[in-house]
Amino acid sequence: MILGYAGKFLEVDLSAGEIKETKIGENVLRDYVGGRGLAAKILWDRLGDHWENVDPLGSENILLLLTGPLTGFFPGGRTCVSGKSPQCNGVVGSTVGGEFGVELRCAGYDGIIVIGKSKKPVYLFVKDSDVEIGDAGCVWGKDAKQTMTLLTRECRGLLQKRYPRYGEWKEPAMLYIGPAGENEVRTAVVAAKWTHAAGYGGYGAVMGSKRLKAVAVKGTGPLPEVADLDKVRRMTDEVCDGVYENDLWRRWGTGAMGYECGSKLSSEPVRNWQDEWHDERSFGVDKFEDRVWVKRYWCDFGCPTACLKVAVVRDGKFKGAITDNPDYELQAYLGPNLGLFTPEENVYLASVIDDLGLCGIQTGNVLGFAAELFQRNILTQKDLGGIELKWGDAEAFAALARKIAFREGIGDLLAEGTYRAALKISEMKKTDVLQYAVQVKGIGIGAHGIRSGKDYPQAISYACSVQGGDHTSTAGLPLNTSDSELETIFQDSGVYCNFNGFSSTTSFKLRFYKAVTGLQLTKKQWFGEKALRILQLQRAMLLLGGKDLKWNPKRDDDNPPRFYEPLPSGPYKGKAADKVKVEEDKKRYYEAAGWDSDGLPKSQMLRRLGLEDVHKALEKLR
Amino acid sequence: MLKEVVVPDVRLKSKSVSNGRPSNIAKAKKMTAKKEPIWIARDLSKCSGCRRCEIACSLAHENRIWPEASRIRVFMLVPGLEFPHFCTQCEDYPCVQACPTKALSINGKTAAVMVDAEACTACGKCVNACPGRIPHMHPTEKHVVICDLCNGDPQCVKVCEKGKYGVLKKVTRRDRAFKLYARRPEEVTRDLASKFYGKQGEEYV
Repeated sequence: MILGYAGKFLEVDLSAGEIKETKIGENVLRDYVGGRGLAAKILWDRLGDHWENVDPLGSENILLLLTGPLTGFFPGGRTCVSGKSPQCNGVVGSTVGGEFGVELRCAGYDGIIVIGKSKKPVYLFVKDSDVEIGDAGCVWGKDAKQTMTLLTRECRGLLQKRYPRYGEWKEPAMLYIGPAGENEVRTAVVAAKWTHAAGYGGYGAVMGSKRLKAVAVKGTGPLPEVADLDKVRRMTDEVCDGVYENDLWRRWGTGAMGYECGSKLSSEPVRNWQDEWHDERSFGVDKFEDRVWVKRYWCDFGCPTACLKVAVVRDGKFKGAITDNPDYELQAYLGPNLGLFTPEENVYLASVIDDLGLCGIQTGNVLGFAAELFQRNILTQKDLGGIELKWGDAEAFAALARKIAFREGIGDLLAEGTYRAALKISEMKKTDVLQYAVQVKGIGIGAHGIRSGKDYPQAISYACSVQGGDHTSTAGLPLNTSDSELETIFQDSGVYCNFNGFSSTTSFKLRFYKAVTGLQLTKKQWFGEKALRILQLQRAMLLLGGKDLKWNPKRDDDNPPRFYEPLPSGPYKGKAADKVKVEEDKKRYYEAAGWDSDGLPKSQMLRRLGLEDVHKALEKLR
Repeated sequence: MLKEVVVPDVRLKSKSVSNGRPSNIAKAKKMTAKKEPIWIARDLSKCSGCRRCEIACSLAHENRIWPEASRIRVFMLVPGLEFPHFCTQCEDYPCVQACPTKALSINGKTAAVMVDAEACTACGKCVNACPGRIPHMHPTEKHVVICDLCNGDPQCVKVCEKGKYGVLKKVTRRDRAFKLYARRPEEVTRDLASKFYGKQGEEYV
């Protein structure tokens, strides 16, 4: 057995109500590691031969909750959520912070594979090898905070009853969905705590389609045995010592960027990306710190960075709003992107989004899109069910977010996410609104623009990513460096927080992997073979697509139209993405990744990586 | 300013429950300034929930990363309200008094509660006797686990200090400013909820 793994997976069939343990071969673990890589492999093996016919929200889709060998060891524990994405019809390795992955490994499992669909709302409760499917009737329809409160009480009560002499039971770790997930909203998240989220991919909708409200795990065993514990300890100390010196990240997290990204880098969405520059000091991190952050350091298992904050609005109109951070992404998307420039409004809206189980980025994207259509008189107050969706009106946006989560009126349409909504509205209003949709391959772009060239410097960051608009997994050249998506695949497959890896080199991370697993992994093997194999699998499934949407690399390996419009103000006024440069970089990227001029992985490359079946499946696209 | 420094009396009220180790109690009382009992003072509201204390504790005691076997456990009954829950070395040591098999004793050097794993039957009486319900069972062995203060050099404090959180601090028991109180997880959570989230916070416990 390879060290660093619990050694088995839990497979839950919700249609049949069956639970069993599954093993995954050592060769597969060696090649695909865990998390994102393993998700791609499992999905390809089980659904690959008819991928385009699999409905992401049908019972056939597979929901994966996976850890990796580094989960719990490399500082900053995370869990990777995956499946066929209802946003892009491909595979997204969507990771979320929290203790879930650690508890799961302590319970003896490296991951949970959920198939089928339950008839009634259920939740899964894992206590070591005792696994049960419980009735979730009492929490169905409940918001994030109520769900966590009620299920924490229920699970602790069960443990207390079953093990009366144990002493006090700590809460189990939990992943859950809010009302948005239940209603299969494509911008719904799989959430942890209040509220860390696996947002990209839209897996909250997948979980909801399976009528699975939550998964709670209590593992009482140790983390898996590692190859060299002393080395793991020493290397962990090294990571922590480095991080503890980084006062900016520790004190402010990414929250410093809500002002800085806008004013200095001109890369922050402002009013649906009509601009990327703002100079509103009211949105400075000092304002967040002094007005709403009640806890400076907040973090998940083993993390030395503690970039999270706890925000509470104490007074005024939005009194009682509670959320984590907001981090830069939520500051931007539920702030300037909607014309909001105060911490209180931002925390309020983030708290509403949290409670509904929506993704702050994807929902912020679609709200901004809708507001621009309102600004341009394409969507009217009547279309919006009476909401006057003016920039800067936090309550109007909250009202629309509720409509989205419950699929009421226009909300039902916007619940499909920006791209699908744009297609429908274009048809409805007989005008092209795709030009206002700031997304790539069905996934709204993270809050980092490329026009100024000062933040995300590569023109193809989003255009060539196998996870579309996901700002945590951007494409970059050269392919064999930490600038490339292949490096991201390592952290998403080892499953740990990339923020703690910022100051570590790639070779340090590979040595860490060896100290845990005992397996030698060279840069050449990773960049030239293993990560590349995972990339090809993701690319293949992305291009095979689904029944409702298919991507054409010639058209869709591109930036959203807005990025070709010159920035209207700020220090980088006039700058825009350069179409010629994008095409050049795209060509270079295709060559480096082994894709042909149509953007399809070449048969030669696929054969070299042992992916003959992928080659065969892609024949229908050639 | 205090006129005199009060040394807490770590003697047990009743001789019959002193586990036949009066010499330990005597030792604890005769501590010199350098070798006197310590406490781990705590400022719970500053806990980040990083759980590096659990990692350090389980590595020190079990040579594994094992959160549930850690003698210090971070509870998060409500998100944002994490806090470490571990022995406060009560002056009257109700857990020691409640132990029917004399498996618990007081360390003469540190005044920590020591568990004799052989003698412990995992009956749970100490858990019920503890005002904070702090002791808990080892997940795989048949005995209770209680913080032993790492023989005077607590590992949890070291990692907490490294992180500059200021939650845990090693102090001398003579300093009454650091008097510890054992409290149940729900009680601590309610208190923190009220501090951070106000009245509405209590609904979440």
